[in-house]
Amino acid sequence: MTRLHRADTLLVILGVLLVWQGVFAYAGSTAITAPLATFAYAWGLLAGNFIWPHVGATMLAFAMALAISAVLGVALGVVLGLRRFAGDVAEPLIAAFYTIPKVTLYPVMLLIFGLGLSAKVAFGVIHGTVPVLLFTLTAVKTLPSVYLRTARTMRMPPRDVARHIVLPALVPEIVSGLRVGFALTLLGVIIGEMFASQRGLGFLIINGINSNNVPMTTSVTLIVVVFAVAANGALLALDRQLHHGGRLRT
Amino acid sequence: MPDAGQGAAHATLSGVVRRYPGNPPVHALGPLDLALRRGEFFSVVGPSGCGKSTLLDVLAGLSAPTEGSASFEGAPLRGQVPDGIGVVFQEDASFPWLTVADNVAFGLRRAGADAAEIARRVAYALDFMGLKDFAHAYPAQLSGGMRQRVCIARTLVLRPRLILLDEPFGALDQQTRLLMGDELLRLWRETDATVLLITHALDEAAMLSDRVGVMSARPGRFIDTVETGWPRERDSRIVSEAAFGAITARLWSCLRGESLKALGREAP
Repeated sequence: MTRLHRADTLLVILGVLLVWQGVFAYAGSTAITAPLATFAYAWGLLAGNFIWPHVGATMLAFAMALAISAVLGVALGVVLGLRRFAGDVAEPLIAAFYTIPKVTLYPVMLLIFGLGLSAKVAFGVIHGTVPVLLFTLTAVKTLPSVYLRTARTMRMPPRDVARHIVLPALVPEIVSGLRVGFALTLLGVIIGEMFASQRGLGFLIINGINSNNVPMTTSVTLIVVVFAVAANGALLALDRQLHHGGRLRT
Repeated sequence: MPDAGQGAAHATLSGVVRRYPGNPPVHALGPLDLALRRGEFFSVVGPSGCGKSTLLDVLAGLSAPTEGSASFEGAPLRGQVPDGIGVVFQEDASFPWLTVADNVAFGLRRAGADAAEIARRVAYALDFMGLKDFAHAYPAQLSGGMRQRVCIARTLVLRPRLILLDEPFGALDQQTRLLMGDELLRLWRETDATVLLITHALDEAAMLSDRVGVMSARPGRFIDTVETGWPRERDSRIVSEAAFGAITARLWSCLRGESLKALGREAP
């Protein structure tokens, strides 16, 4: 990171804290806690034992949802990308599904999956799969045909072509898809926990709102945001490296 | 009709026709015959869309002819690329996820060569193509000309006996093309391979080749073959010789009418 980038990052953080303080000054402690008080409360939560089972529950649901989204998105993306006609038919339908506010599907999801882990995971999956799928589909469709012709001049069997050419050529786009899918899967899981769960960070947020525990709500929100921003930053760095430098050591 | 004349034919096309299915079907090529002499540098020029790349695909074994037959070293080609043929395409085919050295080693690794042999051949090819200092760079860090050199080196390490080049310098500027031509001549002399170059640049064909086949507008057939008579030891400096002008002029006089046809106009 250059000095300029570091300065930019600091400016953004400073700006966010100022806005946060401003909102606190406007809305008061019945709606939100001030930045410093929130940091102190969050630190207390992380230092104690109370929050960790909830973090564990959210992370378990999130990891499962992300894994399913990634596998499902990549597999469907590759199949629809290779079968041009099916891909052309499916793509607008998938894009249309993507625009539906998925929270409206939540009652149906609850009836299908019941309360608890499976509903949270399913809700994460319906958020996270589509971006991974669309990025993979586009990558397969735009795979330079000259790569495949080169493979033929080297008499490579199809399995080698898939492993040594198609897969590495798709990796940068799949990482982009995962980056977008990551944020949406987390969103899906947290929303799932808010509506129908007795555990998890989403549950703590909604429980804080219901019991008027503003420091709890604000602190847990802060913890989720810091986790999401850090993970997104790491994936973004990987994404940039793969797209612009092509410097993935395999 | 370009035939082998003296010397054994290294690769041949006999009565080759290529049509692409469709409504109506596209008659892309032929009928045409070609016999490449072992070790010669043969260029193909022709108007846009005349089927030059189709000819290369058939000769490489990448696509089977609709009629007629193709052979390499006496064995028929049946829509598969045989051992001994190397192809360099017009598009950048370097793999962006591999370093230059790994790109060049790619074919040898897939063929299961042993590590010491791979290291030796890759080092030689990198040195030969002037890429030694870029062995650990990635294609995204190189210019278009250097990426094309990576592709040539990747083909060269496999020691092909017939090298097919489909407008490999099409995207490069004139000066770089002349210099790449010199490298191509050096590579040709050093490897003793037979070279077939598809190009749209008449000066490039006139400078590099022993023979130049001129193709008609689609469906492409050979309408003339020009023997250049250049010595084997030659480089881009021959562009200043009088014979170079005469060869280029003859190629253009063959090609002008065909190029106008390709544009849908009649030659005046």
